[in-house]
Amino acid sequence: MTKRQIQFLFVIPAVFVAFLLVASLFSILQFSVREHVPGSLVVGGFTLDNFGRVLRPVYASVLRTTMELALSTALLTLVLSYPLAYALARVPSKAIQSLILIISITPLFTGDIVRTYAWLIVLGNNGFVNSTLMALGIIERPLQLMYTQLGVTLALVQYSIPVMVMVLTTAIAHIDRNYEKAAASLGAGPVRVFLKVTLPLSTPGIIAGVITIFAWTLSAFATPQLIGGGKVMMLSNMVYLVGFSSFDFPFAAVLSLIGLVVSIALLVAMNWSSRRVEKMGLH
Amino acid sequence: MKAKHKKLLARTGATVLITLILLFVSVPSVVVIMSAFNSTAILSFPPQDLSLRWFERAVTYRDFQRGFINGLIVTAWTSGIALVIGTALAYAIDRFQFRGKDLLETILLSPLVIPHFTIGLGVLMLASQVSMRGSFATVILAQVILVLPFVLRSVYVSLRNLDRRYELAAASLGASPLQVLLRVDLPLLLPGMFGGWLFAAILSFNEFSAALFVTSHATQTLPVAMYTYVREYTDPTMAAISTIFIVTTSITLVLANRFLGLRKVLAIEESK
Repeated sequence: MTKRQIQFLFVIPAVFVAFLLVASLFSILQFSVREHVPGSLVVGGFTLDNFGRVLRPVYASVLRTTMELALSTALLTLVLSYPLAYALARVPSKAIQSLILIISITPLFTGDIVRTYAWLIVLGNNGFVNSTLMALGIIERPLQLMYTQLGVTLALVQYSIPVMVMVLTTAIAHIDRNYEKAAASLGAGPVRVFLKVTLPLSTPGIIAGVITIFAWTLSAFATPQLIGGGKVMMLSNMVYLVGFSSFDFPFAAVLSLIGLVVSIALLVAMNWSSRRVEKMGLH
Repeated sequence: MKAKHKKLLARTGATVLITLILLFVSVPSVVVIMSAFNSTAILSFPPQDLSLRWFERAVTYRDFQRGFINGLIVTAWTSGIALVIGTALAYAIDRFQFRGKDLLETILLSPLVIPHFTIGLGVLMLASQVSMRGSFATVILAQVILVLPFVLRSVYVSLRNLDRRYELAAASLGASPLQVLLRVDLPLLLPGMFGGWLFAAILSFNEFSAALFVTSHATQTLPVAMYTYVREYTDPTMAAISTIFIVTTSITLVLANRFLGLRKVLAIEESK
């Protein structure tokens, strides 16, 4: 076999998958401009009315909730993940590193349903948090944590920590330690070295991490579906409701397109910011 | 003395902080495991009596059994296909120049940022146009699209770390390009390929959002069956099956870390 033949053989299957992926996304576009025929799965003729419906208050409020949850999750995840990533990059002991890594990334691999079910038992009215607080006499009646934005956020943060830790650890591990040594030799204490040297130098990782988690949260479905229980609804839940309860696939397609456009915008923002950071000479 | 004190304080503070964060991450799993052994159908903390009845119910429940089998079928196909396609493409991207390379890479990595429900809905709509709704082929296509980026990254990192001098040595001794590929590159890439395959398999077996959109009752995977169960029943059967998931996943990760080095597999660092 010649090199050219190997090359052809190696690329063609991937091109096929890429083609099917693009065709799938194109199908969404196709459905979004068709009329919904109530009570039927068959769509009608061409129309642009579906796009106008997005502006109705019920959908606008779902969009707002989605953005609020994505932003608060991204920021809270950053705060909780940074110490873990810093320890992973800097603690010398391999055993402690492995322990931190395995505990912090396990949620990524147990799957949406197992993870979300766990939060149902933690946050429910007879759940772990309420039982414990009541047994200790701190509260008399259970706190309402289920079906609230707070509850959904907590679960989303746990779901996002593994990804954020991976992004931040890579960024921190790439920092040239000579800068920190120089600062320390000039008399800066450990806290000061961290605040004035390490933290600013990890900015590219922080920006990449926040944008990644924002996009990651937009993708969340099981968590808002079960913990939000229809009271806290994200875009994904609305797509499912519109698509599978009223079988209005054209409008479900329109809502998914919004998710797609926001994700692509985030991707562009990430590329743009990483180039800017490079220009500023931070990395 | 004062500086030493400060350093000790900073270190203790950091340790406490990290322990608290790790507790936040792991408490839900611990609570699930505790409630799986609860003897009553109503959850209470701490559990009153211990029992294994929910494990028995979980493994004998028809929908879970069928979901498990379906999951194995989907996972085997998905991880196998993704491994072959991903490895070949990673190799091509690293070694060859061809038109549309960047575009192809961007498209295939895009599922990392595109919401799963969007991909699920897209594949569903594509499948319904060719009357393949709910078939295994459709489910597998959605899963391959979702896990391919992970295989691609894992193999790509191993390729970057591969010492090209082995290839040159083999070629100079008369090996054909195909022989170099099969006898030199393939064995050296095996650990990276295995890591990529493993994560593709775990992610595919556990994937839920896209699966909910593309599976039918006949092809539903275990997470979809579990979702249906949570909506209908509140007994700890779910806690029992979740415990099996958590324990299996943790053991797999510990083993992967022991034998493959998780950091390398996750591409957190590129080993030198």
